[in-house]
Order: sequence, then structure tokens, then C-alpha cells
Amino acid sequence: MTSEELPGEELFLDRFPDEAQVVRASLWSAFVALGIGALAGIVQALHRVGYVRFIDSADYYTVLTLHGVLLVISFTIFFLVGLFTWAVTRSLDRPVENIRFTWAWYLTMVAGTVLAGVAILGGFVDSIPISADVLFTFYAPLQAHPLFYAGLAVFIIGTWLAGFDWFRSWWIWRSENDGRIPLQTFMVLTSMLMWYIATIGVAISVVFFLLPWSLGIIDQVNPLLTRTLFWYFGHPVVYFWLMPAYLLWYTVLPSISGGRLFSDPLARVVFVLFLILSTPVGIHHQYLDPGIAEGFKFIAMTNTMFLLLPSLLTAFTVVASMEHGARQRGGEGYLSWLGALPWRDPAFTGMALAGLMFAAGGFSGMVNAGMNINYLIHNTLWVPGHFHLTVGTAVALTFMAATYWLLPQLTRRRLYSRTIGLFQVVMWFVGMVLMSNAMHRAGLVGIPRRTAEPQYDGFAFDAGLSSVAELDAQVAIGGTLLFVSVVLFLGNLIISLLEDPMEGTVDRSLPPALSGPEDSPEVLDNLSLWVAIALLLVLLAYSLPIGAIVADGGLFGPGTESYPVVLSWLEVVT
Amino acid sequence: MNVHTYEKIWLVASLFLIVGFIATVVYGAAGAGIAMVDASGGTVDSTSLSENERFGEPGVERVGDGEYEVTVVARQFMYQPDPIRVPADSRVTFYVTSADVIHGFQVVGTNVNTMVIPGQVAKITVDFDEPAEYGIICNEYCGQGHHDMEGKLVVVPEDEYGGDDA
Repeated sequence: MTSEELPGEELFLDRFPDEAQVVRASLWSAFVALGIGALAGIVQALHRVGYVRFIDSADYYTVLTLHGVLLVISFTIFFLVGLFTWAVTRSLDRPVENIRFTWAWYLTMVAGTVLAGVAILGGFVDSIPISADVLFTFYAPLQAHPLFYAGLAVFIIGTWLAGFDWFRSWWIWRSENDGRIPLQTFMVLTSMLMWYIATIGVAISVVFFLLPWSLGIIDQVNPLLTRTLFWYFGHPVVYFWLMPAYLLWYTVLPSISGGRLFSDPLARVVFVLFLILSTPVGIHHQYLDPGIAEGFKFIAMTNTMFLLLPSLLTAFTVVASMEHGARQRGGEGYLSWLGALPWRDPAFTGMALAGLMFAAGGFSGMVNAGMNINYLIHNTLWVPGHFHLTVGTAVALTFMAATYWLLPQLTRRRLYSRTIGLFQVVMWFVGMVLMSNAMHRAGLVGIPRRTAEPQYDGFAFDAGLSSVAELDAQVAIGGTLLFVSVVLFLGNLIISLLEDPMEGTVDRSLPPALSGPEDSPEVLDNLSLWVAIALLLVLLAYSLPIGAIVADGGLFGPGTESYPVVLSWLEVVT
Repeated sequence: MNVHTYEKIWLVASLFLIVGFIATVVYGAAGAGIAMVDASGGTVDSTSLSENERFGEPGVERVGDGEYEVTVVARQFMYQPDPIRVPADSRVTFYVTSADVIHGFQVVGTNVNTMVIPGQVAKITVDFDEPAEYGIICNEYCGQGHHDMEGKLVVVPEDEYGGDDA
């Protein structure tokens, strides 16, 4: 048998009960983060536009830090480790080697999240000398409590151990089996290799600079250097969020559509391209940074544009797979096959709408990547408008939709209400269309991101044919719909778990691709080669800029004092 | 490797799109002359800006016929000088740095936009053709009073421009 097929009569939960427990724990951790993050989100949306301001504007930034960190680090990556554990286990059809090790990395990640979370929440209480009002990007010389940096480091170590777990399963599988790496495992391994390369930057930044600095061991850091190291990590991390969604689009969505994946070889090519190109592009977040020469920005821009390729290829393959599914279901014509797709299934509709929004996000991303038009939108509301389409919909909505599909095989429970599920995913889509559209337009007229009160004394924004009030209303309505959508999602899941277990089986087998791995050259599975090329590109893109930054300013300067000026941790304990 | 014909067409079209995008950026830089903020502003000791030759006295200085230099210090939560006054029909080079944390410097409604990083000097050159009033905002989170950080840029008619009084 090929390991791509899990026998339809056996639920994942029955075949791999220990692994199913870890997957469930990871997914629940993700959903707790999603719930809190969504709450922070609606507080921000209503505060920014000025409709409801029950927190102090100074605390807005604590809420924003919570929103960013919980949603783009905890929610996404906990879901990822759960999904990847499921994918490796089922596609290799073997249990993890040591379930205690698997629990160890999960608990490490939980510990890291709790440490960072405590540091962030401390920002709400003035009497506690702990805060981390530094947002998701933690640019020095804004300083967080050491717990924040330590938590981040612990969390990342947890993900490294998780990757080791999956690699170990594959190494042992390989010694017992011949042939190509099963597709889902291939996707997990390439994503993790990208992650290992990407996290080098943030690990160096945190361990050698920010953590010692927050502990008072070193006096100052070079703000441009730590910022550059952040973005070395900060761009590939967005692909790390996306890779589980891609895995689902490639391996699950075709099956839900009633068909099969169009091309296994192209799927492998796409993941290899992400491994190679995700990291040497981070400087495109720094187009407007002084201290980095234009040539280095140009290199990052070129790499970024080529990084469009795997996403454009994905658009083709996913739509082609869906069309194949629709035709299997009796769909005909040039476009009328669309009507034959299973639109009443929330898992399908959620993923399809997520893919549609990703296309829109891709277009606004092309504007971001365009080095000189980036001047117009850099750090405006356009940018969060963009990434609420990508991570906020392509990723988040796909994860929610996939949860509906995964639920029976992980819990032996039927979804309490498919109708609510369907309503929920459509609501997310509508809410995001309103909010993201308004954010993009607001960005074009210069309204900034990351601010509690985008209303100024000395001037007013000119929204052209429309008005700022209209944009605000869209943000508020959209944000509210998104929050209600999360509440419906979580409520539907919780009630599902209170129901009695199902009898019998559900068919969750995944059919092989129309064009199988045998159509692709074996070199695609040569992971060492791709890692070597990825590292080479990273060296080419980063060695000179980082060398210049250090040569100009020094490893620890030209620095400045730390902000807020608080007692260092050493002074507090002694 | 077996690649479907439609997929090949899509692949080639995608590559054209990508090369086209790169070409537009190249045109923007070489043809339209849009320069990027780069390393040419140099570095500065942000802990002793008051003793610095350039940043000791932030303000506007005429350096040639219709050419001006504006030195700006961003700090929590204000810009110096404020407002900035320059004449119309002028070419203005801004030198912007920070006295504390990372800030932004965005002239609202234009493409004048740069990060302001302590230790680094952002240098941008802009043509102001017509008289106008612009808001300046900090577009990077810089602390609890970030939303109060704003300034003003006034481009006055040439004949009303009094001189270097920022």
C-alpha cells in the first residue's frame, strides 16, 4: 500500500490515539490564543475609530501586542504543530517514536507562551514592574521585560524540538521503506527546514542582544542590527504561517471538492521554492530604513518578486484540482462547474473563500514589494489591511475550515451545526472584505497603522471621493463581524464536544494526485541540496548588509538608552 | 517531469509578470528618479545630539539657489523643528534622526516617508512645487504617547518666505 492512504474505516483517533491527543492539545492551545486575540482585535478596531474607548489609549499598545503575538505566533504555530503531527503520522502511517518527547516539545511551547503572555499582560497593571509593550516586532530600544524575550526563546526551542520529532519519524521510515517521501511529510520537512534557517536570525537577536540587554548585562544594542535580524526572521515566518494552509489546500481541499490533487510534482516544486526563497527577502520590510544601501534593497526586491512564483503556481494547481473535483461531481462548462462544488460544506467553503482572499492579498503584497511605490503605503493602514487578507484570512479561515473537517477523526464527534459553521466562514469572509478594503483605502490616504488614535490636531486626512467616517464605519462593522465569527466557531466546537461520540466511521482518506510523484525528478526530494542553496542565497542577501550595519554602527551601537526606563531585572531581585 | 500544457502557459505568464514588476521598479529608479532611503545619511551618536554639528540646531537652511536642507530630530513624542517652513518651487533635502527610539517620518498625502532609527540619519530629497500645508506623522509605534506625535510642514509661496526661520 502507499502510505498516502489511511484506511477509510479507521479514524485517526483510533489508529493513533496518543498522537491524536497531542494534536487535540495543540489545536486547543491555538484556539485559546485565537479567542483572546480576537477579543483584543475588536477592542482595537472600535478604539481606533473612536466608537468605543473604554481602555486608556496608552494601554492600546498592550492590547495590540497581545493581539499580534497571540494570533501570529501562538494561534498559527500551535495549529501548525498539531496539523504537522497529524500529517506526518498519517502520511508515514506510523506513530511518533516517543510520545513523551512529543509531549515535551508541546509543553515547552506552552511554557514559552505563558512566560511571554505574563510579560505582556503585566503591562495592564502599573503596580507590577513587568511589561512588554513592544508589539510583535519588539524593535529596540523599546524594551520588554526579560520574561518576554525568554518566553519567545523557549517557544522557538519547542518548535525546533517538534521539527526534530518529525524528522526522526521520517529517518526511521526511510530505513524501512523505499520510494519517494510521502507528499504531506515532504511539505512538513521542507517547511521545517525553512523554519530552522529563518529562526537563526531571531535566535541571535534575542539570545545575544535583547535578552542580555533586558537583564542589564549589556548597556545598549544596535537598533538597526536587531531590527534587521528581526526581519531576517520576520518574512519567512509569514510563510511558516502559510505552509500549513498550503498543505491543506494541496492535500485536503481537492478531496473535499470531490476530486484529486492535480499535480504532486508541482506541489513539491512549490515547497522547495518556499524553502529557498523565503528568507533572503526580509530587507523588503526595510525599504525605508536608513543605513541600508539601495543595492541591498534591490536584491531583496528581486528575490521577493520571484517568491510570487510558488504562490502563482499554487493558485493554478488548487483551482485546477477544484475544477477536477467539480467535474467529477457532474459540473460542466467553462465556469458553470463552479456551481457543482460542495458549497454547503463549511470546510470547503471556508477554504475556497480563504484562497480567494489570498489572491487579493497577493495583489496588495505585490504593491508592498514594489520598492518605490512602497513609499506611499509603508507603515500605513494598508499594511495590516494586506496581512489580514493573508495570515488573517488565507491562514486563519483555512485553519477554521480545516478544523471542521478534522474534528470527527480527532474527537469522534460530529460538528454540532454545519449551518452555523457555514454561516461562520461566510461571516468571516464578509467581515474581512469590509475591514480589509477600508484599511487598504485608508492606507492610500496616509492613515497610519499601529496607533490608538489616528486623529490629529493639526490636519485631517483627505479620503478623496469618500470620507474617513465611511472608512471607520467599515472597519468597525467588519471587525465586529470577525469577532462574532470567532465566537460562533469556538461555540460550535465546544458544543460538538459535549455531544455523544459517533458510532461507525467517516471517510477521511485522501486520494493520490492525478499526476503522482513518479512524474517528478528524484532530485526534488534531495533536501540537503535545497538547504545548501537556501543558505547560499541567505549569505548572498545578508552578509554584506549586516557587515555594513556592524561596520557603521558597531555590534552594540550606535545605541541609545532603553525605553521605557525601568529598573532592570537584576536590580529588582537584589 | 510531466507538466500539463496549461500549467506551462501559466508558469511562463507568471514569470513574465514577475520580470515585468522588476522592470517597473527599475524604471522607477532609473527613469522617474525615485531614490531609496539608503546609507548615505551616515551614522550619528544619538546620545549626544545636542553637541552634533548638524543636529545640535535642528532647522531649515538654504544651501543654494532654490535648494534647502532641513534637519529634523524626532523624539518621544514630537518633531524639532515644528512647524517646518520651506518655500515653494524648491528642492529640499531632509536629514532626520532620532534622539531615543525608532520613529517614522511621513508627510501625509505625499510619498515622503522614512523610518527614523536612532544612530542612523535618514536622508531624503523632495521637490515642493506648490504652496501647501501638510501634516507630519510618526507612523512607527514609539511608546505610550505615539498617537500624539505629529508635526506640520508648510510650503509657503516663494515671495512670502522670510528665510531660515524654522
